[in-house]
Amino acid sequence: MIKNILNLGDAALYCDFGDDVNKEINSTVIKYFQTLKNEKIEGINNLTPSYNKLIISFDLKKTNFKKMCKIIENISINEKDSLSSNRIEIPVCCEENFSLDISRLEKKLKLGRDKIFDNFFSKEYFCYMTGFIAGMPFVGDLHNNLRAERLETPRVKVPKGSIGITEQFANVYTFESPGGWNIIGNTPKKIFNNKKELQPNLINPGDIIIFKNIDLKEYNDYSE
Amino acid sequence: MTIQNENFFKIIRAGINTTFQDLGRKNLYHIGIPFSGAMDNRNYLISNKLVNNNLDSPVLEFAYQGPLLKYYGDKIVISITGDVNFEIKKSSKTFIGNCYESYIIEDQDEINILSTKKSVYGYFSVGAQFDLEFYWGSCSTNTKAKIGSNDGNKLIDGQKIKLKKTNDDLTKKNLDYINSSIEKIRVLKGTNYDYFSEKGKKSFFEKEFLVSKLTDRMGMRLEGATIENIFDTNIKSEGLVKGVIQITSDGNPIIMLSDHGTIGGYPKIGVVISADYDKLVQLFPGSKIKFQEIELSDAETLFKMYEMETQKLISQI
Repeated sequence: MIKNILNLGDAALYCDFGDDVNKEINSTVIKYFQTLKNEKIEGINNLTPSYNKLIISFDLKKTNFKKMCKIIENISINEKDSLSSNRIEIPVCCEENFSLDISRLEKKLKLGRDKIFDNFFSKEYFCYMTGFIAGMPFVGDLHNNLRAERLETPRVKVPKGSIGITEQFANVYTFESPGGWNIIGNTPKKIFNNKKELQPNLINPGDIIIFKNIDLKEYNDYSE
Repeated sequence: MTIQNENFFKIIRAGINTTFQDLGRKNLYHIGIPFSGAMDNRNYLISNKLVNNNLDSPVLEFAYQGPLLKYYGDKIVISITGDVNFEIKKSSKTFIGNCYESYIIEDQDEINILSTKKSVYGYFSVGAQFDLEFYWGSCSTNTKAKIGSNDGNKLIDGQKIKLKKTNDDLTKKNLDYINSSIEKIRVLKGTNYDYFSEKGKKSFFEKEFLVSKLTDRMGMRLEGATIENIFDTNIKSEGLVKGVIQITSDGNPIIMLSDHGTIGGYPKIGVVISADYDKLVQLFPGSKIKFQEIELSDAETLFKMYEMETQKLISQI
């Protein structure tokens, strides 16, 4: 449930579901998100669910913080709304030229690269949220011994398709973008389709992601 | 008017960052697509009114140096808003144009948008419909995500911009308006305000900051006093909105602008009030600014005043 509602500026609500990051809290956030999305409440411009927060931005010409608070406090959540739960396989090539931070990770994690890749590919991951850049999925949770801090100085350009890890999470850079995550591989799969208005994202919150290790030949021969 | 001949602009020089923009897109933050839309909303609306368009029509937004366009076709009305130097060339005569005044142009005329003066963005509107593709109900171009009209790209030299339908009403209009700039940006405390030391908070509201060159439609980076964080320089990534001021790990502020990433992991020290947003985006690199703290109720009142003034200006055209 929502623990606290604050204002984020004069045109957004900051709904706080606590500090922990786990599937249970995240599922509650997503349920609020889905209920509000379906209700199509006048004045809401955007809903941004994340691990444990929901930001609701609104049109200050039509409503205000007080009015929106009242609506959110009195909303009843539709428990029946189920999360998306597709199983999606993402092929990843960890060849030297794609695995930009592997040497750095070996040092940071005090693990050999084979062990890092074994641990990474042996788990299934849960999608907590999408965003930052269009279609970017944030999935978790990584094996305990793969948890590393972000790069001290973020890259100005992370290549499209890069798979990054930081703390308990992994992500996929859907297009070239600045970013500070440790890059361990690259996928040839299209994760975001800028021309597909109804379903531009391949991966949505609630989905289960399986990363599959592929070699360079499979990467180069990949077609969808 | 049904068009017999093709009406179009040839882009002789595209300018630095010339894109199609309108009011932007809603309800897509959850998949990572930002609002986009014209950075300076008031100047966008005024530019449409000056050429008898619907207020939400697509316009060309340019930054610093604008495009040089040559027109081919039937008579149309054009206008430019912002704080902009531009010339219009008709047959062999060239004259300097005024912002907030509409002009009738005809076949072979040229419009040369030389530069913005003490601002960043300007708007070029035409009394016609650009022939554009819309994505998620908007033409707004987000060049980073390659979303929107013109295949998600800024304009390039040599390309053609086609017009679909021209306005019948060729009445010339104008508005007596001067773009003022601001040095004080009013902000509300952010949700991580307490992450910062007393000294850090004091510096934030008392010291002067410089708008850095690393400023674009996504964000505005500032230089000056570093803001000391006493808690954690990262937070668990969460949603952002326009105007949020994050303090990065190196202690410098960055303000989220219209094409911002929808999620971020730096602590939020403050949020720029909606009433000051149009003026904020017009601050060019090297401008000096100070932040001033205000209360939510004052921010709401200031927005009402901003909105009333905008409506009043539009009604005067």
